[in-house]
Amino acid sequence: MDFFSDFPGLLNYWVVIVLMMIGFYIVIAHDNLVKKIVGLNIFQVSVFVFYITMAKIKGGTAPILAEGITTYSNPLPHVLILTAIVVGVAMTALGLALVVRIRDAYGTIEDDEIQAQESEDL
Amino acid sequence: MTQFVSTHLAALQVVLALLAAPVCLLLRRPNAAWVVATAITWVLLGIALVLLEQVLEASTLIYTLGGWPAPWGIEYRIDLASAFMLVIITGIGSAVMPYAWASVEAEIPEERIYLFYCMYLLNIAGLLGIAITGDVFNLFVFLEISSLSSYVMISLGKDRRALTAAYRYLIMGTIGATFYIIGVGLMYMATGSLNMADLATLIPAIADSRTVLMSLAFITVGLGLKLALVPLHMWLPNAYTHAPSVVSVFLAGTGTKIAVYAMLRIVFTVFGGAGVFDGYGLGEMLSGLAVIAMIGASAVAIFQTNVKRLLAYSSLAQIGYIMIGIAMTSVLGMSAGIVHLFNHALIKAGLFMAMGCIFLRIGSVQIDDMKGLAKVMPVTMAAFVAGGFGLIGVPLTAGFISKWYLLQAAIEKGWWLAIAAILISSLLAIIYIWRVVETAYFQDRDENAPTISEAPWSMLIPMWTLIGVSFYFGIHATQTMDVAIGAAEALLGGIQ
Repeated sequence: MDFFSDFPGLLNYWVVIVLMMIGFYIVIAHDNLVKKIVGLNIFQVSVFVFYITMAKIKGGTAPILAEGITTYSNPLPHVLILTAIVVGVAMTALGLALVVRIRDAYGTIEDDEIQAQESEDL
Repeated sequence: MTQFVSTHLAALQVVLALLAAPVCLLLRRPNAAWVVATAITWVLLGIALVLLEQVLEASTLIYTLGGWPAPWGIEYRIDLASAFMLVIITGIGSAVMPYAWASVEAEIPEERIYLFYCMYLLNIAGLLGIAITGDVFNLFVFLEISSLSSYVMISLGKDRRALTAAYRYLIMGTIGATFYIIGVGLMYMATGSLNMADLATLIPAIADSRTVLMSLAFITVGLGLKLALVPLHMWLPNAYTHAPSVVSVFLAGTGTKIAVYAMLRIVFTVFGGAGVFDGYGLGEMLSGLAVIAMIGASAVAIFQTNVKRLLAYSSLAQIGYIMIGIAMTSVLGMSAGIVHLFNHALIKAGLFMAMGCIFLRIGSVQIDDMKGLAKVMPVTMAAFVAGGFGLIGVPLTAGFISKWYLLQAAIEKGWWLAIAAILISSLLAIIYIWRVVETAYFQDRDENAPTISEAPWSMLIPMWTLIGVSFYFGIHATQTMDVAIGAAEALLGGIQ
C-alpha cells in the first residue's frame, strides 16, 4: 500500500488548502467583525502550516548540530514563520482594538448594521 | 566616525526611523515628538539624496546586513529605481512634517499626538525598507510594518467612519499581504532562495513550472490589493476620506506608490528574466484594468460631494496611468509610468494639503461648504487650482510631462485604446477639478457663514513647496526623466 508507506504524503498540503479556503470564506461571508478576524487568522495559519510543511525532509530530524545527524529539516522556513506569526499577532491585536472602538462608536459589531448607520450619516 | 556613517548609510536609512519611533513613545510630549520626527525625516531625506547621488555615479550599491553575504543573509540593494523611491518617500515625508504641526494639533486629540508621530516614523521606516531591500521576505515584513502603522493612523480620524475605514483596510491589506507570502513560499519551494538577485538567476530555468506561475499569480493579486488596482481598490476611497488630513496627504503621496514599486521589483527584477510578463498575458490584464481604472474612477470622481473622496477616486485613476505605462514593458512606457508616479505623488500630496488647510478653517471638505472660499482663502485655493492643472496635465506642469511621455509610449506601441483612455480621463479630470474651482471662485459665500482667515504659513509653505516643485519638474523635465529612464532600464534589464 503506497498510501501507508508514503504517509502523510501530500496530506499536509490538502490541509493547507482546506484551511485556507475555510478562513477566506469566513472573511468574505461573515458580517460579524470579530468572526472576520477569526477567519483571517485561520487563513494565515494555513500559510504557516504550508511553510512548515515544505521545510520537512523525509527522515530528517530537528536542525541541531550533533554527531550522527546528517539529514535535518530546513530551519529557514521555521524562522520565517516565527516572523509571520508576530506580524499576525500584531494584526489580530490591532483588528480587535479597532472592533472595540467600532462598538463604542456604533453600538454594534455587525457589518450590515454599521453600513445602515453609515448611509444615514451621509 | 564619518567612515562608519558613510559605509552604513543604507542601513541608517531604515534604522534611524525605526529607532526614533519608540523615542517618540517615551517622550510623550506632543512638541518633543514633533521635533524628533521632523529632525529624523529631514536627516533621512539627506541620506536618500546622498544615496541617489552615489547610485548615479557608481550604479548599484550593495549592503549586506550584519556582514552575512547574500543569498544567505539579507542584502540591501540600491539601484536607480530604489534610490528614486527613497527620495520620493523622504521628500514627501519632510514636506509633511512642518505642515503636520498645526494640522495634527487641530485634528488629533492632544493625548494621542505623540502616538501619531510614533506611527508616522514606523510607517516611513516600513516604506523605506520596501524600497531598499533586496530580499523578498524582508519586503513582506516592511510591507506589514508600513501597513499596520497606516491602519492606526487612519483610525485616528475624527469621524467614526475612520474606524470602519481602517478596519476594512486592515482586512483587505492583510489578505493582500498573506497572498504575497503564499507567493513567496511557492517561490522558495521551487528555488530555495529569497534573495531577489539570486531568484532572478534561478527562475528562468523553471519559469514554466506551475509552482512559479502560481507564485506570480498570488504575488500579483496580493500587491494589487496593496496598490489599489481596480477592482481591488474598495478600501481606498473611505480610507483617504476619513483619515486625518496629514495622513491622507502622506498616504496619497507614498502608500500606494511603494506598492507599485514592490510590484515592479517582483515582476521585473525577480520574474523578468523569465519573460513571463509578455508570455502569460499579464501585460494585457494589467493594461485592461488600468484602462477601466482611468475612465471608471475618473467618472465616479465627478459625482462626489466630498472633495477628499473626489481626490481619492482621482488617485485610483492616476494609478491606472502608472500601471498602463508599466504594462507597456518598453523603456519609454515604463519611464513614463515612473515619472508619473513621482509627479502624481507631488501633485496629489499638494492637493490633499489644500484640503487639510480648508478643513482646518471651515471644518468640512464638502463641496457645498466651499462656496466663495477663494475670497477668504486665496492662497490655498490658488494652490488647489495649480495642483488641479497638474492633475489635468496642462502644459508647464509636471502632469503634462508624464502624460506626454505616456502618450508617446502608447503611440510607439500602437495602443490606441490606451491613448483614448488617457485623453478621456484627462477630460474627465477637467470636469471634476472645475466643479471645485467653480464653487470656490464663482459662487458667493453664504451670508451667515462665519468669518474665517487664511490657513497658517506653516501649512501654506509646505503646500506651495510641493506644488512649486511639481511645476519646476514640469519645466525642467529632463532631470526626472533621465533618472526615470535609468530606473526603467535597471528594472527592464532582465528583459532586454
